[in-house]
Amino acid sequence: MSTMLKIDDIHVYYGAIHAIKGVSFEVGEGEIVALIGANGAGKSTILKTVSGLMHPRSGSISFMDEQIAHMDAYKLLRHGLAHVPEGRRIFLQMTVQENLEMGAYIRKDVSKADLDMVFNYFPRLKERRKQIAGTLSGGEQQMLAMSRALMSHPKLMMLDEPSMGLAPILVDQIFDIIKQLHKDGTTILLVEQNASKALEIADRAYVLETGNITLSGTGVELARSDEVRKAYLGG
Amino acid sequence: MQILQYLINGISIGAVYAIIALGYTMVYGIAKMLNFAHGDVIMVGAYISFCVTNYLGLPAIVSILAAMIVCTVLGIIIEALAYKPLRGTSSLAVLITAIGVSYFLQNAAQLIWGSAPKNFTSIVTFKPFSLAGGELVITGEVIITIVISVLIMVGLTLFTGKTRMGKAMRAVSEDRDAAQLMGINVNQTISMTFAIGSALAAVAGVLLCSTVPTLMPTTGSMPGIRAFTAAVIGGIGSIPGAMLGGILLGVIETFSKKYISTEFSDAIVFAVLILILLVKPAGLLGKQVQEKV
Repeated sequence: MSTMLKIDDIHVYYGAIHAIKGVSFEVGEGEIVALIGANGAGKSTILKTVSGLMHPRSGSISFMDEQIAHMDAYKLLRHGLAHVPEGRRIFLQMTVQENLEMGAYIRKDVSKADLDMVFNYFPRLKERRKQIAGTLSGGEQQMLAMSRALMSHPKLMMLDEPSMGLAPILVDQIFDIIKQLHKDGTTILLVEQNASKALEIADRAYVLETGNITLSGTGVELARSDEVRKAYLGG
Repeated sequence: MQILQYLINGISIGAVYAIIALGYTMVYGIAKMLNFAHGDVIMVGAYISFCVTNYLGLPAIVSILAAMIVCTVLGIIIEALAYKPLRGTSSLAVLITAIGVSYFLQNAAQLIWGSAPKNFTSIVTFKPFSLAGGELVITGEVIITIVISVLIMVGLTLFTGKTRMGKAMRAVSEDRDAAQLMGINVNQTISMTFAIGSALAAVAGVLLCSTVPTLMPTTGSMPGIRAFTAAVIGGIGSIPGAMLGGILLGVIETFSKKYISTEFSDAIVFAVLILILLVKPAGLLGKQVQEKV
């Protein structure tokens, strides 16, 4: 297994606030890696820093052996790194179809094969393709956000809280699709507050607390660990 | 019949406001800033057109194209030098800078062309035609202005609705970060928006001075503010809103000048703005957007 994403001792600040205090971790090709931790631990900040929406003050990030720590966000998708941000951030005033077109923006044209590929994962979106995205339900919006990211054929897909605000049955559906995407060859970096769900599908996981990684291990190990059970799995 | 005459004249001047308002609204929608120098770009466009016809003796169409090219470049330069370095800082800083750019352009124009008004020669050469036995006169300027404004609106609607670049603009307008995650170069998109807005300003400048032929360094400032008002009335950020607001404002202005008072026409226009905003705070066609906290 070769390393796809390597984060080495990054420090990230919001103005004067030191949000990420020297975090290092790796994602290997073909893995599902989960970052778990409480609200405000810095999970989303790490993803934003990897995708170039924020930049670390020090430390390095390499993706497929290329230094990306100071690359502009819009260039990263071309390298095969897609980010499904927290809160979905779909274009609410555009149609489902237009959102998908934006997902394929870097390839200039939208092929029927790509649309079929995402509709295969998310059949419900097919019926709704002419609908304005803002009128979709929360679950459908999450599906659209993931589909939009898929349109670029990413090598690594970073998902920020895909289960947020969804009914349990939908959470199960979304996680099934993540597993399917992984099986079909996409490497996944998953940020979740729903630790039990995340650890269930993760090959490896890291626990983040106030800007530091405090624990790491395989998904199974962490799910069994006393500390994690107490803090994140409800005893 | 007289009312109809004023209505037509009002629509025509309103169509000019609408073209200016489109520039305001596009830049606001995409760059999230009020470019108060927009009115002065109009003035520059009019001067360029004036110079090309009067000093170089070239035909009107060439003068319009020259004005559009110069203003496009000017718009891109203004954005790159004055606004881009301020991206991510407070919107107040950008606003003050825009006002500074506005004064800079007016003073530069004064240095280059002097403060004495120039007599702009209309680009329209065909004769007005009369209807209803001479009671209704429709000038060539009125026809050209209305036709061009409709073409511009249809063009922009198709551009933002159908093209890849236009959709990218809408994406940036809605969510800048998410747009970047789609691989859209936000800086380039904003620059493009300024280019389009400024090219429209050039057209508006030529049309404005063809109707009201006095050209001086402050020529763009009041129409610029009226057009901004028009954009707000229509719902800032909305293309049809800018068009509707512009025409509404032109008609109100013309009628109040005729039937109430010339001096108070601006006061009346702004009173209408206040009334509309009281009832519809987002403007007539604006979307009520919830501020994220």
